[in-house]
Amino acid sequence: MLKKQTVNEDKIQKSKVQAEQSKPQSKDRKMSRGEILKKVFGHLGKYRIFVVFSVLLAAVSVALTLYIPKLIGYAVDEIIGKGAVNFAGIFRILFQIGICTGITALAQWLMNVCNNKMTYQVVQDVRNEAFRKIQILPLKYIDNHPSGEIVSRVIADVDQFADGLLMGFTQLFTGAATIIGTLGFMLSVDVNITFVVVLITPISFFVANFIARKTFAMFRLQSEIRGEQTGLIDEMIGNQKVVQAFGQEEKVTERFDKINEKLGSAYLRATFFSSVTNPATRFINSLVYTGVGIAGAFAVVNGTLTVGQLTSFLSYANQYTKPFNEISGVVTEFQNAVVCAGRIFELIEEIPQPEDAKDAAVLTHVRGHVLAEHVDFSYMPQQNLITDFNLKVMPGQKIAVVGPTGCGKTTLINLLMRFYDVDGGCISVDGKDVREVTRESLRCAYGMVLQETWLKTGTIRENILLGRSDASEEEMIEAAKASYIHNVILRLPNGYDTWVTEDGDGLSQGQKQLLCIARVMLCRPPMLILDEATSSIDTRTEVKIQAAFTKLMEGRTTFIVAHRLSTIREADVILVMKDGKVIEQGNHESLMAADGFYRHLYESQFLRGKDEDK
Amino acid sequence: MRSLFIYLKNYKKETILAPLFKMLEASFELLVPLVMAAVIDKGIAQKDSPYIIRMCLVLIVLGIVGLICSLTAQYFSAKAAAGFGTGLRHALFEHIQHFGFSEMDEIGSSTLVTRMTSDVNQAQAGVNLVLRLFLRSPFIVFGAMAMSFMVDVKAAMVFVVVIPLLSVVVFGIMLITMPLYKKVQSYLDEILLKTRENLIGVRVLRAFNKEEKEKAEFEENNQMLTKEQKFVGSISGLMNPLTYIIVNVGIIVLIYVGAVRVNMGSLTQGEVVALVNYMSQILVELVKLANLIITVTKAAACGKRIEAVLAMKPEMQSGSLLYTEEKRIPAVEFSNVSLTYKNAGAPSLSNISFRAMPGETIGIIGGTGAGKSSIVNMIPRFYDASEGEVKVFGHDVREYEIESLRSHIGVVPQKAVLFKGTVAENLRWGDENASEQTLEEALEISQAKEFVDSKPGKLEFMIEQNGRNLSGGQRQRMTIARALVRKPDILILDDSASALDFATDAALRDAIKNMKENPTVFLVSQRAASVRYADRIVVLEEGKAVAVGTHEELMQNCSAYQEIYYSQFPEEAVLHA
Repeated sequence: MLKKQTVNEDKIQKSKVQAEQSKPQSKDRKMSRGEILKKVFGHLGKYRIFVVFSVLLAAVSVALTLYIPKLIGYAVDEIIGKGAVNFAGIFRILFQIGICTGITALAQWLMNVCNNKMTYQVVQDVRNEAFRKIQILPLKYIDNHPSGEIVSRVIADVDQFADGLLMGFTQLFTGAATIIGTLGFMLSVDVNITFVVVLITPISFFVANFIARKTFAMFRLQSEIRGEQTGLIDEMIGNQKVVQAFGQEEKVTERFDKINEKLGSAYLRATFFSSVTNPATRFINSLVYTGVGIAGAFAVVNGTLTVGQLTSFLSYANQYTKPFNEISGVVTEFQNAVVCAGRIFELIEEIPQPEDAKDAAVLTHVRGHVLAEHVDFSYMPQQNLITDFNLKVMPGQKIAVVGPTGCGKTTLINLLMRFYDVDGGCISVDGKDVREVTRESLRCAYGMVLQETWLKTGTIRENILLGRSDASEEEMIEAAKASYIHNVILRLPNGYDTWVTEDGDGLSQGQKQLLCIARVMLCRPPMLILDEATSSIDTRTEVKIQAAFTKLMEGRTTFIVAHRLSTIREADVILVMKDGKVIEQGNHESLMAADGFYRHLYESQFLRGKDEDK
Repeated sequence: MRSLFIYLKNYKKETILAPLFKMLEASFELLVPLVMAAVIDKGIAQKDSPYIIRMCLVLIVLGIVGLICSLTAQYFSAKAAAGFGTGLRHALFEHIQHFGFSEMDEIGSSTLVTRMTSDVNQAQAGVNLVLRLFLRSPFIVFGAMAMSFMVDVKAAMVFVVVIPLLSVVVFGIMLITMPLYKKVQSYLDEILLKTRENLIGVRVLRAFNKEEKEKAEFEENNQMLTKEQKFVGSISGLMNPLTYIIVNVGIIVLIYVGAVRVNMGSLTQGEVVALVNYMSQILVELVKLANLIITVTKAAACGKRIEAVLAMKPEMQSGSLLYTEEKRIPAVEFSNVSLTYKNAGAPSLSNISFRAMPGETIGIIGGTGAGKSSIVNMIPRFYDASEGEVKVFGHDVREYEIESLRSHIGVVPQKAVLFKGTVAENLRWGDENASEQTLEEALEISQAKEFVDSKPGKLEFMIEQNGRNLSGGQRQRMTIARALVRKPDILILDDSASALDFATDAALRDAIKNMKENPTVFLVSQRAASVRYADRIVVLEEGKAVAVGTHEELMQNCSAYQEIYYSQFPEEAVLHA
């Protein structure tokens, strides 16, 4: 009994250790090929039946496809010469060919349907899984991976994986089956001639491989030069206005031409040498054909073979070489596909953010009490960003965050909204630790308007309703009016149904921000995170944004990234941030008295007009 | 596409020989079944061993000659395509370099980059493929038919029926599926967009708790994609079985007809075998031809887009006056200038008039879209006035030779753009022959010396593409230095100090004021603080100059200027009230 317990404890201990060991590695750890394939088969599991059908149908169609040349050979043997044609035999054989053709065609079509079904279903499943994972990935992962990279995993890698692994699998199977089947049929006709075929054909395979290996470096060189050229084009045409302002057109063209010449010769080499493959393999195939012809003809002369059998042999010799080339193509594709599958499974198996605790409370009727106690936080374990940060916010208070651009206001938002979890200490809302309430209810309690506005591709209406999807038309218009954006929207070509994209073309930066305010205006959350406009917005719109902010802030706890003097002065607490750290905290008077960074900032940023007057 | 063929004109020989050699190869290929037929009918029937060996040697010779022809063709076509691509790229790049600002606005640089890269690549691949295959595949298809006619006219009728039938199936399925594949692509694009959106907008979407809704939408789109893919797949999946049936039925009929003819004595056994062989050759080539047509259609579409770019002619014509000839004052004069951008409904500037004396500083202030940049862009003749006249040192800018005019104006554009290369290389864009001392001076004036000196290698410090390895403020100072290197008579700062802090901004303005070359300076800004010490300030509102004057004058009598000023200095607004 006692012994058993210790064994169990050992096991637990061991698995804990393993878990810890695998945790930090998981990001960099590459799955082995075996693991990846296992996962692929795991995903195929649901569609097992289609795999089985596909393989069976492939076998049927390959066997019949190979049987037909043999039948044709029989038919030819019944056509000896003038007056020596066995029509009864020929009709029987032709009937057989007809039946075989029909069954083969049907089998081919059904196989195709099965393959499509399983391939596209697996792709759909994998993409859904990936997308679901994206929804629960920690922000840390998303922030640290360029969005283009993740997108390419979900789109391009999945496609590549489907093409290479699933389609490749069937190709590999039919290819191998064809080779084996052809061998079998050839052997059944004549052993000696089969040897001729088997001995010569691999040469074509090797030649193709040899050329592919030799040209690989040429293609790489070509794509490198092409990349260099695209870089230059991108840089120079993208900034042509600057190029022209400095009269650099000719010099730039010279540089371009130099790369262009290099690309031309690299292209010639790569294209020519790779294009040798087809003629070369065709030549070897013709050698096989000739070999079969000679050996066959003598066999017929010696009476060990009929003319019809020679005919079937010739068509087998043609068929036999094709799968080799196909398979070698499939193999490269396959390797690539495994890598792609690895990337997509890595994403799917990425560790998600911790789930809400089972007993997580739901925040309701938030009053807006925010407390940060001894908060430690950093993005990277080695660098301490925030240490022992304390903040007490009473309901309805305004907290201004002040600092130069890039000072780390995002960090604060990340912690308040629980996009990131604190490393030490705790942040609580209305006395509840944010980690002990559901994320949904926490985030509902905040309204967020950032300066880097983000619009969803869709209509203006959809964008405003993001705030509260069940709002009525009147409520939505009300919110738009309160955000001073209603009239702007009415002037758009389709009013509220105008389609906007992510970069919100047709709307100015300020108008986009007003639209984001309307979103928040619609749900009127008890707490706010706002980002004041900087100088890039024109004066009129800025006045509107300010007015809308003032309306929103009434009676709500507000964290505001402030650029305006009046906002800062009126704030109950000012957080001075620099390089990601909170370096000072207090109200305007106390901070001025402290004579620190804030005072310096204040004097340089806001009193310049006065200074210069002196 | 046709006009692009001139880029093949230096490769006439290759362009003609490549397809010819391909055809030669194909004709040798077509002879093979006939030789085999001879082996069966003569060699085997008469047990003539030397004949068999001779014929097989013929086959080998045919193979070798075919290989040589084919390699020659591949080489010629690769060479022609390489020359075509290189020539086309060069012509396109040079052509684009001559586009003025309005052409660039109209097409957009990202479109041009696509034209120059992927479109040219596709067109090039198209040329290569056409040279190689366009004659070969039809030649084999029709060659096989012609050969069958030579063998036996009655039996050849089977080919007359089978070839059109196969073509209908192959091309028909292609025609039906092509638009469907486009639809699949558009569904895929939707999914891509959704994924991207969910990554970029992750904070907003999570802040509004939209995870479940997004998931549902994604899954719905994904489902539609799969449905469409399966649909297209089931149609294009018909290609193999249908063509297989046609070819085999063709063979069945061929054998039957052959049997009848042999029985009558008008055909031999070996000839039947040859006919069957031709039949199998046709299918392979037809499928190749169909794929070729897809590639060529795509390439032709790319070619058309390239042609459209080449067909655009820059509107701006250069004058002939050299900048150095007789200079008169004022340095810059706008008289009743209006500017309407191409395809724009309303003018962006209307009726602007003001003068700038040599050495003066002119401030230009106004909200976004008020036309500030438009004004300064007309001085180096980036855009031409739709009405009125812009004069530089007494001459209409249109009289000058463009390059000579621009080389005396230093422009610091709004977007701080730097290029891949060293600090010195970037600065020498201003003046190729600038001495190291000139560079140092320019850096000093632009307040960039300090940070450049702190970089490893200093002037030789490598700047990455777009200046990624510098901060926004550092980039701005570098672009100012670049403009200063050419010791311009006119310096244009288009909102180029926005990322600088107040102290640096002030030091910069001071340093420029004290430059010994004493340039005429145009200072565009949203900040009242930046322009208030200008000799004159032009206040713009919706393309109109509502007032021109000094800070003090404007504070007295220009409400638009006051509004801007007080919104930026609220303290004084309180005092003012």
